[in-house]
Amino acid sequence: MTDATMTPESARPSRSLIHEDARTKKRNASERRFRAYGIAAIFTGLFFLVALLAAILSSGLPAFRQAVVEVPFTLTQEQYDAAEKALLKTGIYTDYFVTSLTQTMESEGVEIEFDEKAIERLLGKVGGDLRKFYRANEDQLEASVSFELAAASRVDRYLKGTFAREDLQSGNRFFMPEDFDLIDAMRDAGLIKQVFNWNFLTGVDTGVDNPGGAGIGASVLGSFFMMLVVLVLSLPIGVAASIYLEEFAPKNRFTDFIEVNISNLAAVPSIVFGILGLAVFIQFAHLPQSAPLVGGLVLTLMTLPTIIISTRASLKAVPPSIRDAALGVGASKMQAVFHHVLPLAAPGILTGTIIGLAQALGETAPLLLIGMVGFVARYPGTFVEGFIEPNSAVPAQIYNWAARSDAVFTEKAWGGIIVLLLFLITMNTIAVILRRRFERRW
Amino acid sequence: MNDMRILERDVDTNDVKIAAKGVQVYYGDNHAIKDVDVEIDDKTVTAFIGPSGCGKSTFLRCINRMNDTIDVCRVVGDIHIDGEDIYDAKVDPVQLRAKVGMVFQKPNPFPKSIYDNVAYGPRIHGLAKNKAELDELVEKSLRRGAIWDEVKDRLDAPGTGLSGGQQQRLCIARAVATEPEVLLMDEPCSALDPIATAQIEELIDELRQSYSVVIVTHSMQQAARVSQKTAFFHLGNLVEYGETGQIFTNPVDPRTESYITGRIG
Repeated sequence: MTDATMTPESARPSRSLIHEDARTKKRNASERRFRAYGIAAIFTGLFFLVALLAAILSSGLPAFRQAVVEVPFTLTQEQYDAAEKALLKTGIYTDYFVTSLTQTMESEGVEIEFDEKAIERLLGKVGGDLRKFYRANEDQLEASVSFELAAASRVDRYLKGTFAREDLQSGNRFFMPEDFDLIDAMRDAGLIKQVFNWNFLTGVDTGVDNPGGAGIGASVLGSFFMMLVVLVLSLPIGVAASIYLEEFAPKNRFTDFIEVNISNLAAVPSIVFGILGLAVFIQFAHLPQSAPLVGGLVLTLMTLPTIIISTRASLKAVPPSIRDAALGVGASKMQAVFHHVLPLAAPGILTGTIIGLAQALGETAPLLLIGMVGFVARYPGTFVEGFIEPNSAVPAQIYNWAARSDAVFTEKAWGGIIVLLLFLITMNTIAVILRRRFERRW
Repeated sequence: MNDMRILERDVDTNDVKIAAKGVQVYYGDNHAIKDVDVEIDDKTVTAFIGPSGCGKSTFLRCINRMNDTIDVCRVVGDIHIDGEDIYDAKVDPVQLRAKVGMVFQKPNPFPKSIYDNVAYGPRIHGLAKNKAELDELVEKSLRRGAIWDEVKDRLDAPGTGLSGGQQQRLCIARAVATEPEVLLMDEPCSALDPIATAQIEELIDELRQSYSVVIVTHSMQQAARVSQKTAFFHLGNLVEYGETGQIFTNPVDPRTESYITGRIG
């Protein structure tokens, strides 16, 4: 029997390929809808990202700028000798400065009356600064020296627009209503300029009476030492544990139990690790309080599950044929793992480690419990002290500043967020570079 | 190649290289190999044929204890190589695998250079004293693998960049570089085209001069072409074992005959 003689039992209606039928139309429409959802989701995400970045940058960038008053000043030998003979030497220097500043402004066509008290409110102890400079540099007498004097934080805020005349109900010893006129006058005379605020990056935390001088340097160092501890402890422990579990451990109830618990640990809230660290490292082991060493240990506990899970995933992703090949030429299990499997898994391990470190870097809650939110106003003296001396960390410092009432500290908190993000971007960049290095083509 | 040639083929030696007695393999509760007795000769190509899942690969992997890497796998019985029990507690499986090389179904070169692929085995076993000796060994192995002429100018190129057939010959070169005495091949040509297959088969025939080669294959034509002895496995049993010519022309067991004529399998 040939096909030609067969009569089809149920004749299929012939269908055109050019014209879509109803099913095809429906299918295509749902596909288009799905794509639209995806694009909408991406744009929503992008919108929030842009909004977040804009908020951070607009609020945080002013923290990196600082107003300084640049005043040309000349001191003659007689003035110097006269001032050094007087009883209140710095007061005399301030008087000289007031006179010189008035003249400078007059020459620019701005006239204003002010006293040394106003200068001290706006520019700090100018007389002391001048005296210190001339006593150290007597050869600068008679010459014109241009002084850059950091403006007080209220001046800074007035110039940045976050502090206005209406905000000041009545004058106090920090600021008087007429000071606004003096600032305006100095600005009109072209004496005020904005410079990069290095002090914010290199300085240390200050008390509430000097918000302008606060810097994030010490806490960046604290975070750095913590990350060092986390990296040195969690990478080898995490990788060793995962290699053992993945490649060597027998598969039985006990290892299953461990596996489940590692996954559970990854989901434990960080504050629990904080309280564990307080109980074990500080109260039981008597390690120093508020130290980056303890902070690093606590964050190591927190990071380990992340590293173990990602390392195991990347070890699993190495094709078994590579292990077979190595074993087949007579490599031992350890040789197979270290010569072949581990190098192939390295990019994945690195990524997991960086994700873990990034999480640890931004963590604040456990640090609150081990006392890393204290007021730390000095740098550690030596490398070792960096680990054991009380210090803060960037997120804890941000939290600390954000809790203070002065608006300058709020600005610094935003600035601190930018520093934290830069820290993260640096770490990620290093990871990407290392990844490129390690990656092999199949 | 003409299948008729197998009738004229002789077995060169009768020295027994591998002797298996009462081998049973269990995967958990699954009894994969049932009571296999077989004696494999030196300097001979022995083919294992049989339908999928009959246990031929499992048995092959018993010979160099690759099954040790599978947790649920349990091997009972004796396998002797040169009279030594390879499942003796004193035997180091790593040493055994240096003596019994293996080529896998899918070409699996390391993601390293061609040179390093071949040099890896000799390096970990300390077979070469210096760079010059290693170079020589790599060249010799690549010549043995019949791939030297194709790769001699690009030894630093990655082994994974070669074609499938070249990769498999590289894997054979890698296996012979550790100077094994037995070469196990688990369907070495199943992923290759007919031309690459012919090259590998020719190579297997040459390797017979120095090694005892055991090859698992799905292709009966291939078994007939390359082997002197053939073992037919079915459902975990070794049904029939004998000279290739006899198995293919005059099988004793009806199951063998059914398989060879294409009625089962």
